[in-house]
Amino acid sequence: MTEPWAPNLSEREDPRGLKATLAWRRGELAIELDIALPPRGITALFGPSGAGKTSCLRAIAGLDRGSAGTVSLGDEVWQDSARHVFVPPHRRRLGYVTQEASLFVHRSVAGNLDYGYRRAGRPKHIDRDALIEQFGLRAMLGRRVDALSGGERQRVAIVRALLSDPSLLLFDEPLSALDTTARNDLLGRLETLHSTLAVPMIYVSHAIDEVARLADHLVLLDAGHVVAQGALQATLTRLDLSAALGEAVGAVIEGTVVGHDAHDHLTELAFAGGTLFVPRRGDIVGQRLRCRVGARDVVLTLERQTGSSALNQVRARVVALADADHPSQCLVQLDAGGCVLLARITRRSWHALALMPGREVWAQVKAVALGA
Amino acid sequence: MMPLLSTQDLQAFGLTLRLAATVTAVLLLLGTPLAWWLAQTRSRWQRPVAAMIALPLVLPPTVLGFYLLLLLGPQGAVGRLIAAMGLSALPFTFGGLVVGSVLYSLPFVVQPLHNAFEAIGARPLEVAACLRASPFDRFFSVACPMALPGFITAAVLGFAHTMGEFGVVLMIGGNIPGQTRVLSMRIFDHVEAGEYSQAHTLSLCLLVFSFAALLAMSLLRPRRVERD
Repeated sequence: MTEPWAPNLSEREDPRGLKATLAWRRGELAIELDIALPPRGITALFGPSGAGKTSCLRAIAGLDRGSAGTVSLGDEVWQDSARHVFVPPHRRRLGYVTQEASLFVHRSVAGNLDYGYRRAGRPKHIDRDALIEQFGLRAMLGRRVDALSGGERQRVAIVRALLSDPSLLLFDEPLSALDTTARNDLLGRLETLHSTLAVPMIYVSHAIDEVARLADHLVLLDAGHVVAQGALQATLTRLDLSAALGEAVGAVIEGTVVGHDAHDHLTELAFAGGTLFVPRRGDIVGQRLRCRVGARDVVLTLERQTGSSALNQVRARVVALADADHPSQCLVQLDAGGCVLLARITRRSWHALALMPGREVWAQVKAVALGA
Repeated sequence: MMPLLSTQDLQAFGLTLRLAATVTAVLLLLGTPLAWWLAQTRSRWQRPVAAMIALPLVLPPTVLGFYLLLLLGPQGAVGRLIAAMGLSALPFTFGGLVVGSVLYSLPFVVQPLHNAFEAIGARPLEVAACLRASPFDRFFSVACPMALPGFITAAVLGFAHTMGEFGVVLMIGGNIPGQTRVLSMRIFDHVEAGEYSQAHTLSLCLLVFSFAALLAMSLLRPRRVERD
């Protein structure tokens, strides 16, 4: 079963999306970018520090002119080096948000917000007030930007970008400089934004939990090269990518909130493979919710356990086995009612339980491991 | 008792202020694009041009004035051009004084502006570009407001420096009352004539003015704001 939010293969080749084929050097690193993104949804550009993620974003934006190749969004050609086409950034309709919010210090919050909005001609289809409300900026409109906290600045930068009527959003680790509280707050707001977003977004991150909660599509970047790209869920559970993904390997489950246990502060989530308890996130019943089930957090048992502290037990079938990065371990791919789960277990356990493809097992997941 | 300043002294004072104001205005108009180019360009001409602009800092003003006199004079390249255009010659006129002073005070305006533009860094301009601002738009809506302290410094330095110049004026302006006889020339005249008390008064005026200008500059400068 394909998750409804996961773009399928035909959508990946959608001509309305962003296509970029670029090559350039950044010091010692030779970067080759070759991506085709769907015309809607969030694409995570994911990879370790130094993989060239920011360089890729800058090249797509046209901020660095050193790259050769082509960039196009739908039928708009932004760059075609062979034909000497290069559209400067201010004509590309971008919404760029950087790691450190770079607000204009000589303007108030409102002055910052309206900078791009005014230049875009105050488009009717953008609801300025609703965005200001959604990101909690109403009370600070008249304030100077140097009096704002890190989280507040980043919220201003994001709304400023959204108000400029972009055709492509480029977010470069917008949460990485924030403290935990501000980060969680903004992550929640971005999740809300995701559902209403009409234009594609590229979201650069090295934090898998952000990617799991926000992205639909994943481009895995390592040492300047695209290692893999595809639908988020499918890519994060690809056994052949376990080395490149490292700790990020694992399933992302999207389910519906079916209830809350107020006393124990738990939220119950129904998905195709059963139900999961997760630490309460304050979502309302009926809402769609994602949670990442890291391969490391899954325990396999042959029978349903009764005396276990693990709250979640999901019936699943073993599909395949692959080597993990350490010789003592292996990755087991499971099918739980159509959902792919991954479990990282020791080879000793694999043999002790006599596991093999087709075998029915129970996947135990601590609710604690599914925290926000 | 003699008045503190004679009519001629006052005339020199007025002329000096008029010259300084004109020169400052011309310098800001000329120096701003020049400083912006210096801050933005990656051309190999950047350093030679910057050195050219800085020349008056180290060159004796008389040397600058001498070359200007040759260039602008009836036999000079520029002088002939001006004559061919049917305009009157520049040496020994207020116009000539303005040209000389502009060149002489150029580094005092260009360098603070250059530094101020450079201090902005690439980031705010890139952000503005991504918010649809054209290069022209970015210059006026981001670079200029952010470089405001640099503009204040440049204006005050340009003005004050022109107020006190002597050598260039001597070479190209001469000492014509009401036309080219500025304050520093007047002080020189007084000293030559042994009128030390008048020289004193004017010198003190210039001293106080210069101090006040520098003080005002540091007071006008907005406190350094924390950059993102």
